[in-house]
Amino acid sequence: MGIRFILMVNKQGQTRLAQYYEWLTLEERRALEGEIVRKCLARNEQQCSFVEHRNYKIVYRRYASLFFLVGVDNDENELAILEFIHLLVETMDRHFGNVCELDIMFHLEKAHFMLEEMVMNGSIVETSKANILSPIQLMDKAS
Amino acid sequence: MGSQGGFYQSKEFLDLVKSIGEARSKAEEDRIVLNEIETLKRRISEPDIPKRKMKEYIIRLVYIEMLGHDASFGYIHAVKMTHDDSLLVKRTGYLAVTLFLNEDHDLIILIVNTIQKDLKSDNYLVVCAALNAVCKLINEETIPAVLPQVMELLAHPKEAVRKKAIMALHRFYQKSPSSVSHLVSNFRKRLCDNDPGVMGATLCPLFELIARDVNSYKDLVISFVSILKQVAERRLSKAYDCHQMPAPFIQIKLLKILALLGSGDKQASENMYTVVGDIFRKCDSSSNIGNAVLYECICCVSSIYPNPKLLESAADVISRFLKSDSHNLKYMGIDALGRLIKISPEIAEQHQLAVIDCLEDPDDTLKRKTFELLYKMTKSTNVEVIVDRMIDYMISISDNHYKTEIASRCVELAEQFAPSNQWFIQTMNRVFEHAGDLVNIKVAHSLMRLIAEGFGEDDDNADSKLRSSAVESYLRILGEPKLPSVFLQVICWVLGEYGTADGMFSASDITGKLCDVAEAYSNDETVKAYATTALIKIYAFKIAARRKVDMLPECQSLMEELLASHSTDLQQRAYELQAVIGLDAHAVECIMPSDASCEDIEVDRDLSFLNDYIQEAIEKGAQPYIPESERSGMLNISNFRNQDHHEASSHGLRFEAYELPKPAVQSRIPQALIASTEIVPVPEPMYPRESYQTTMPSIPSDAGSAELKLRLEGVQKKWGRPTYTPATSTSNSTSQKTVNGTSQGDGASTVSSMRETYDSRKPQVEVSHEKQKLAASLFGGSSKTEKRPATGHKAAKASSHMVEKSHVPKSSMEVASDKAASAQQPPDLLDLGEPTATSTALQLDPFKQLEGLLDTTEVASAVNGAPAASVSPDIMALYVDTAAGIHNKNDADLLSGLSNPSVTNMPGTTAMPQVTQSSSKRPNPKDSLEKDALVRQMGVNPSSQNPNLFKDLLG
Repeated sequence: MGIRFILMVNKQGQTRLAQYYEWLTLEERRALEGEIVRKCLARNEQQCSFVEHRNYKIVYRRYASLFFLVGVDNDENELAILEFIHLLVETMDRHFGNVCELDIMFHLEKAHFMLEEMVMNGSIVETSKANILSPIQLMDKAS
Repeated sequence: MGSQGGFYQSKEFLDLVKSIGEARSKAEEDRIVLNEIETLKRRISEPDIPKRKMKEYIIRLVYIEMLGHDASFGYIHAVKMTHDDSLLVKRTGYLAVTLFLNEDHDLIILIVNTIQKDLKSDNYLVVCAALNAVCKLINEETIPAVLPQVMELLAHPKEAVRKKAIMALHRFYQKSPSSVSHLVSNFRKRLCDNDPGVMGATLCPLFELIARDVNSYKDLVISFVSILKQVAERRLSKAYDCHQMPAPFIQIKLLKILALLGSGDKQASENMYTVVGDIFRKCDSSSNIGNAVLYECICCVSSIYPNPKLLESAADVISRFLKSDSHNLKYMGIDALGRLIKISPEIAEQHQLAVIDCLEDPDDTLKRKTFELLYKMTKSTNVEVIVDRMIDYMISISDNHYKTEIASRCVELAEQFAPSNQWFIQTMNRVFEHAGDLVNIKVAHSLMRLIAEGFGEDDDNADSKLRSSAVESYLRILGEPKLPSVFLQVICWVLGEYGTADGMFSASDITGKLCDVAEAYSNDETVKAYATTALIKIYAFKIAARRKVDMLPECQSLMEELLASHSTDLQQRAYELQAVIGLDAHAVECIMPSDASCEDIEVDRDLSFLNDYIQEAIEKGAQPYIPESERSGMLNISNFRNQDHHEASSHGLRFEAYELPKPAVQSRIPQALIASTEIVPVPEPMYPRESYQTTMPSIPSDAGSAELKLRLEGVQKKWGRPTYTPATSTSNSTSQKTVNGTSQGDGASTVSSMRETYDSRKPQVEVSHEKQKLAASLFGGSSKTEKRPATGHKAAKASSHMVEKSHVPKSSMEVASDKAASAQQPPDLLDLGEPTATSTALQLDPFKQLEGLLDTTEVASAVNGAPAASVSPDIMALYVDTAAGIHNKNDADLLSGLSNPSVTNMPGTTAMPQVTQSSSKRPNPKDSLEKDALVRQMGVNPSSQNPNLFKDLLG
């Protein structure tokens, strides 16, 4: 399975994007987000970017006001996930240009489309920025 | 491109997003969302909503659900939107549906039809959108509806479609392996796809397949190795590069696969050594992703058949990780160390101080990881320190999930390695006292059995000493308030069984305490039941000893209460107590013999005492009983059910006749087990267990079997013999001697001397005495190894080898430490993993930092350019051309430019000087101006409540 969920949360703890790769009910999602966001936001910058939570791990990384949290299975390579987060941000940056929290909020569906290209069935399937963005650019042109 | 999309959005939508963005509290956000729900409920079902408007409504629904509220009223509109002709609208519809619905939702059936249609579309983007939905929404029952089309798409001319089709097939395999079992070969085929993206994606399903059945894929080892080699040699398109690392995510996946394939397979592993060694050498250890690949190499090396050279490289990387300032790298180092010590236990000792630093670090994540490592390296010599630390930590945390885990680990270690009975009881008391309600009830049962059965079969004296000490400690602990129920059960049982056995405590002492327990925990029926039964035993033993029984008044009142209890169980126990007290000594001796909890109760399975009765019945004309196995013509239900289970793959009705019940079903299972144990790696001589058996053939067989089944059941036998545990450790070390040609004792001392040289080089020499003491107790005091007499002569024999051997690692260590020292001097700008280093450097001198940034940019682009020219025309050239067109030089520069700001945006640099920020960013102020204008037009401006919304993520 690998990746179980990807969350973007601002530093007030408000969810900005949520994508789950295993089904959770609305209540479960709410509880989970509350729990892990509290855990991760309480950590300082010197500490590891990893938090163990129940039977999985959360790899997180902060960009300006936004936290990117990725829930992964225990046997996943944490540093690689950290790099994956960076790749995601770089990709968004290439698309939006100096991406900021508002870009993601106004273009929620595009952020999701990028994730759809990068991750399927909880596995990372595409890491080339050009390949990730080309369908989105084509769609933009068409409409 | 910027945020121009925003111009297509309505004022209403912008206002909504703005207000959500500015909400100061969860309550305010909830109010906005509830308001939004009301609006949408009204508006979304109006007739003739334009497409673009509808798309916006659907995204607003996504917002509602994302913020934790139910939007099910609008699901149907999202489903409808998937029918739309416009690609963007359709894809948004699919996205919403995958976010809203799980695969068993009723509405799915309405979408399957659309998916089928879209899979046939001429527009490949439509096909991709449908395949995305397939991966999320198709369940076991709907697989057949789309499977044929997905199979066709595997040969689609567009690589994006092939990639998604392979992932759809992967999904089907995850959902229901049997439904695609005949199609698994397609994964192998796609591995040879000439698009690297498709090949990379195919590794995901292959990894899962190989994890389930390694042996069927051994033939692919050569292919995987050659792919990895080509990736590492930069034969893939540069579009897949990350910070100058060639396709690191593909490398990592391949290393994971190789780790599986090479595990316990010498031949397969030998094919991998060269390429893994190459990667070790080539990896850029200054970047985050480079370290990620290095870590994966270590995982691979510690999984495949051991190779000394690779192990050495792995150890080097680990020591670099552990010495790093970055907590992330330390964490990875500890994890990697835990993997490697299984193969070469001696490397832990080089890092003892680093490990202890991590253990004492305030960072909880690091601490936990270190405890995991300690758990793996526990031996009889350090068990006391480790378990003590673990319990202290367990008491300090509040997370029940982890508390449970660490409690059960403590119990496991204590059972396996306890040095003395006294210590064992004390340790268990602490675990139960602080986490009693969290540990498995089985642990309590095994503790009771342990106390009952005793440890030394031949030493009754020791057993009774143990019991008395248990009783004594329990009586003391009972004074504590609020004990966990499980612990109380153990206490009551032990007090009942052994409370008066040694005559130290009188019956009235014990019964008084038991009554107190029953009273204090009056709403815990299980504890009360245990207490009552304990009372029965105490009185019974007293009667059997032909002494006068006088019941305490509180005991009497307890009995009266229980006789009228609503619980039939308690009532029965109370009546039993009453009955026992009324009996004479002889009768009591029969029903409640003292210290008989371990006696086997013989069960007459043939029910022979009924023979007379049956005889009589048969004489009267009853049918004799026919055993199940001899009955013919009757369906053997259990067998049938088994088969049904095996053949669950084929759904629907079966038209062929049922087979005859196979009696062989049961005998097949053990065969399978045998087979699987044969598959398990045997040939590693380095693993202590195997070698232990080979070097110590004279060990009594019963001890050997105890060694094999250590956990929970039957553990007490293992540690029951005080002489046995140390024996294992010595035999362990001797076995290593014979295998490695090095002795553990000697190895330790050389290692420690190496460490000393290293330490003296390091500036910080003031390692506290306490820490060293702890290190010594954890790692067995490396320098003053007490050689056991049994190992002494062997060690001497081996020491001659040691002399030759020892200088090799020593020199390599020196090189490593030199390297580490030189690497530490200039602050490493590209290393994302070390936020502290960069941020402090920034505070020191922003201008110098700036120079550094510019320098690295130049270097980076130079590096970027070089390998592109040296790409040789090859089979893999196919890979190169695809993305080369898109990826021009300008892009590469941007990329390297990007990699630098990524350093500066690490946490902690928000207070960064303005100069660096503006220069490290890409020079397109126009972009941000545009954004600013847009934002102003929307009425959100940075000076309003939430300025963070505008902060560039990469700034």
